[in-house]
Amino acid sequence: MLHRESGVFKTSYAADMALYPLPIARWTVAAVLLIFVVVLPLSLQEYYLSVINLVLIAIVGALGLNILVGYTGQISVGHAAFMSVGAYTAANLAVHLHLPFWVTLPAGGLMAALIGAIVGIPSLRIKGLYLAIATLASQLIIEWVINHTPAISGGAQASIEVPRPTVFGVELKTQGELYFFLLAFAVAAVVATLNIVRSRIGRAFVAIRDQDIAAEIIGINIFRYKLLSFAISSFYAGVCGVLYTYYFGIANYEAFQIVVSIDYLAMIIIGGLGSVLGSILGAIFVTMLPIAIRIVVEAFGGYFWDTAALSAVAASMRLIIFGLLIIIFLVVEPEGLNRLWRNIRNYFRVWPFSY
Amino acid sequence: MWDELEFAFALLVSGLSIGLMYSLIALGFVLIYKATDAINFAQGEFVMLAGFMATTALSVNMPIWAAIAVAILGMILLSFVLERTVLRPLLGRPVVAVIMATIGLAAILRGLPPITIGAQTKALPLPTGDEPLTLWSAVIPPVQVVGVIVSVGFLAVFTWFFLKSRMGIAMRAVADNQQVAMAMGINVERYFAIAWAMAGVVSALGGIIWGSMLGVDTQLSLIGLKVFPVVILGGLDSIVGAVVGGLIVGVVESIAAGYLDPFVGGGTKDFAPYVLMILTLMFKPYGLFGTHRIERV
Repeated sequence: MLHRESGVFKTSYAADMALYPLPIARWTVAAVLLIFVVVLPLSLQEYYLSVINLVLIAIVGALGLNILVGYTGQISVGHAAFMSVGAYTAANLAVHLHLPFWVTLPAGGLMAALIGAIVGIPSLRIKGLYLAIATLASQLIIEWVINHTPAISGGAQASIEVPRPTVFGVELKTQGELYFFLLAFAVAAVVATLNIVRSRIGRAFVAIRDQDIAAEIIGINIFRYKLLSFAISSFYAGVCGVLYTYYFGIANYEAFQIVVSIDYLAMIIIGGLGSVLGSILGAIFVTMLPIAIRIVVEAFGGYFWDTAALSAVAASMRLIIFGLLIIIFLVVEPEGLNRLWRNIRNYFRVWPFSY
Repeated sequence: MWDELEFAFALLVSGLSIGLMYSLIALGFVLIYKATDAINFAQGEFVMLAGFMATTALSVNMPIWAAIAVAILGMILLSFVLERTVLRPLLGRPVVAVIMATIGLAAILRGLPPITIGAQTKALPLPTGDEPLTLWSAVIPPVQVVGVIVSVGFLAVFTWFFLKSRMGIAMRAVADNQQVAMAMGINVERYFAIAWAMAGVVSALGGIIWGSMLGVDTQLSLIGLKVFPVVILGGLDSIVGAVVGGLIVGVVESIAAGYLDPFVGGGTKDFAPYVLMILTLMFKPYGLFGTHRIERV
């Protein structure tokens, strides 16, 4: 946040590790919350709220992936598969057992965590590229199993319709109502992640990322923490999948294919690996990008292509711009949007005396 | 009994011939990984792009040999440019950075053809005739015969190259330890470029053969997903591994498609190799022939 730390002296480690680094941060966080809770939902139209809702869901998933990739250094190309595990678990529980969302949501998360931990087992022996491809394999295997097991996928279309979630007797139908529902989970995910990464567990994750053999030598149980990282990350993914399911009112494997895994990887790379703020910025960026591209192509594409083909052009443009951005960020600014934000902040921190 | 045996033989032969053609594409991965320690997630897209280059050359009335030459030269040029602009700045960065860069590359390459030369499937006819090769119960289409011949030829050439030629030995030295190779007077950057160029040639040939078999469109890039189990099974840095992995995956695929598909309703072809791969990794984390990395703190 934009504020100065002059006159604040930290005298204990506890103060150094506090959630709010400065007293004033309390107020900026409160102000941001006020904007999100009061100003945005009252001022925005339905359509813009629906975009923000998608961003909120993506934030949960991106945070989960960043815990695994950014903090623990394990590569996963199968994040979307864990989302589908959560989505189908919740959908089946909601439809067949008529359970409310506050049961199906944690159930979906836990199921995804379980599957994630199983997928994480090979990470003990295999690393780097081999691990990346092993998680890619789990993505394809989970997708195939869901698709070919009618008991899970609910039949021919492999999709299950779920009832709208009900909170305190109110059925959530409009985007505005869903907004508050999703905002609560996004905020919870952010706070939980901030707390995980500054705890003992988070420091163990970072130690494993930096050098796993050294981490083992100083007494970190690698087996436990690698699996824990996979489990936590998949829990987030599962919750994210459940939220998608409730948001769209349908669980469908097509929303969780490998392209989605890559989208989420792009979010944390563009946003910044190993940073909570980066995950949020990345989720916003990657979710908004296709919408922006569609608007631009619809406005100007008519001069270059047939108007009938414009939607296909927009899809191709999305792929190209997406790929370019990933490469540009990797080559030019490996620490992502988070770093850009820090640079701006550091500039203004000492402004106008920049030396 | 006899019928069963004939069926099994047909599956085996078609699996082996398809497997060899997988090996050809897997070779592209292995070459780049061996020399530069980078894995190319865009290999499937390279293959697709080579197919598009060849069909575009054909559509302006070039003869087939010229189209093949265009594809090969185009892919070499493209590989050079990509190595310079995208992969070299990422040297020494974490694995996830290189993976994501090539995934980004894959996205760009997949997005380009539909907005430039159109998304419809194009035919890439090779002058092979229509007469299939018949071995007892197995019938191999002529394109596959060409594919097998090219694959075997290339695998032999590359084996010779790495074992005997001066350049190949230098490349092995670079792969083994870049700094020591540099100290011995090997121009490491030059060998990186050569490795990418060779991978470009391999993907060009793969693109022409697979393109004439399946038709050229953006779906052709899915061949990249098929090749992951091949390289992982064999070990990422072993040419022998690419061949053996390719043969295993080809046979497993065709046997799974022949015997399991009737029971589970299709799709085992895309799925069985990955299961096999995971099981192998559990016991041999560097694949069957991959080099074990000794890690030091």
